[in-house]
Amino acid sequence: MTGFFGLLFDGFAYGMLLFLLSVGLSVTLRMMNFINLAHCSFGMLGGYVTVTLLDRLGWPFFATLPVAFLAGAAASFVLEGLLFRRFYRASELDQCLATIGVVFMSVAAAAYIYGTVQQPVELPSYLHGSVVYLGINFAVYRLFLVAVAVLIALVLVATLEWTRFGAQVRAAVDNQRMARGLGINVDRAFAVTFALGSGLAGLGGALAIAMVGLDPNFAFTYLIWVLIVVSVGGLASIGGSFAAAMLLGISDMAGKYYVPALGSFLIYLLMVGLLMWRPAGLFGKR
Amino acid sequence: MTAATTGAPFEPHQYLHAQTRWRRSEYAFWVATLLPFVLFPSYLQLASQIAITALFALSLDLILGYAGIVSLGHAAFFGLGAYAAGIISVYGWGEPLSGLVFAAAVAGLAGYAMSFIIARFRHLALIMITLGLGLLLHEAANSASWLTGGADGLQGIRIGTLLGFRFDLYGRTAYAYSLIVLFLAFLVARRIIHSPFGLSLRGIRENPVRMPAVGAASAAHIRKIYTIAAVMAGIAGAVLAQSTSTVSLEVLSFQRSADVLVILILGGAGRLYGGIIGAIIYMVARDQFSGINPQYWYFWIGLLLVAVVVLLPNGILGGLARLKSAWGGRWR
Repeated sequence: MTGFFGLLFDGFAYGMLLFLLSVGLSVTLRMMNFINLAHCSFGMLGGYVTVTLLDRLGWPFFATLPVAFLAGAAASFVLEGLLFRRFYRASELDQCLATIGVVFMSVAAAAYIYGTVQQPVELPSYLHGSVVYLGINFAVYRLFLVAVAVLIALVLVATLEWTRFGAQVRAAVDNQRMARGLGINVDRAFAVTFALGSGLAGLGGALAIAMVGLDPNFAFTYLIWVLIVVSVGGLASIGGSFAAAMLLGISDMAGKYYVPALGSFLIYLLMVGLLMWRPAGLFGKR
Repeated sequence: MTAATTGAPFEPHQYLHAQTRWRRSEYAFWVATLLPFVLFPSYLQLASQIAITALFALSLDLILGYAGIVSLGHAAFFGLGAYAAGIISVYGWGEPLSGLVFAAAVAGLAGYAMSFIIARFRHLALIMITLGLGLLLHEAANSASWLTGGADGLQGIRIGTLLGFRFDLYGRTAYAYSLIVLFLAFLVARRIIHSPFGLSLRGIRENPVRMPAVGAASAAHIRKIYTIAAVMAGIAGAVLAQSTSTVSLEVLSFQRSADVLVILILGGAGRLYGGIIGAIIYMVARDQFSGINPQYWYFWIGLLLVAVVVLLPNGILGGLARLKSAWGGRWR
């Protein structure tokens, strides 16, 4: 029984990682109807920034995390202004193609600079080991990951609910034209949201290394997971993303533990089934 | 050009008829496809790969370019066809033509079953479902290693002679085979898109809400074209499996779905020759740059993709057409 709860916790921690990687995309996708397949490239960027600062420059782990966030945010801000902005009114296909082109470039650039091997990461000693509570083994790093993700979810919900910026974002999500009509600068609100979401992906990428590793294919591998979270959770719903990420993390861990022969088959089946049942996602508003 | 473009009064059947007429450049193109036999006899394997890829891109063009169904999982049918042709030969049926028919039937059945799902969804949900089904099949093939050989690839493929011709090392038979199959499939596709059915597909692409409103059986049309495209993709996969005697998990991968999308967009979606031109350029470029690490090769593909979407919204053929009309307009 304790093994089961241990598994539940590991799945939950994995789900929290997926939540960090995907929550930004969920909001921006609904806001501008812009399908950004390059979202995980910003996550990968955050990961490589952390690796570089930690391993080559000897920064402490905690100092690298804000930099990973800023790197993701800054890169997405630039790309949004230069490239993505042209595609808000384009067809879904064009959006997919342009952003997947960015993914290809980011994967190749990462392979060129860092090689195709997994990047090692040396965690500080206080994040090593595990604590045992009620007979269940909690890895310290995973506890830390869960704490960060829950904290960020709370901050996000609070920001959206109680700040002026949050109200603008909600208005733009609900009805972009009306929001424009009321004098809200939707483009600016979107650019900021986009940068914030990509920054969170960067942070997620930095935190992911110690748990799932980091190689140039990160942008592709986790893109699929992030898309699953977003489409299952429903767009622009932080609670939905949280629940979907949790559900996915736990069912993936459980599936791989109890029926390893099926691999990721169960997850894809779950995703296709859920999408057919509710195309707008479990918590979607559409 | 004909009545259709100069604005003179015309009847629908005249328009269709004008569209179906073969142009001189088309004859020239298909005669040119025979040149590799004479000019590049050592590159026939590559030429055969190009023909197979072109066929695969043509099948995607039917659903994406004409009916507007965005699919990120089209490799599912390519892989099904490849595995069907490979597996039947492992079990002792190595005759290629009947193997091709079998593979086409398997892919077609799967496509027909999937088309019921496809016809119900649009937008992001559709993209995600095609992606999910593609991944699902990839995982299934990976797990069912007793049938597919899993990650090691299918072992023990034995392809017999094609009407007495062996699949030789130089790829002479392979290229002739894939070229003939491509040409026949092209004729079918050409006939389809210039038929009234093809016109209603374009209607669905342009306005999916209005087509049912004017009484077109949109869902049925989508099911039909999706099944046809699945058969064609399956045939492409089967030809690959038979001409190279290898099938690996790569035939079902997301990478392959993405590649064929890139090829089609590069050449020009919604144009009959788009996939073929795209395949020629893409495969020749990849062959020329094969010295560099494939990881780096994708950087240029990515850049090209962004450039094509930003600068040439209708691909290379669309750009050429625009150039031609601008040039023609100046001199007329």
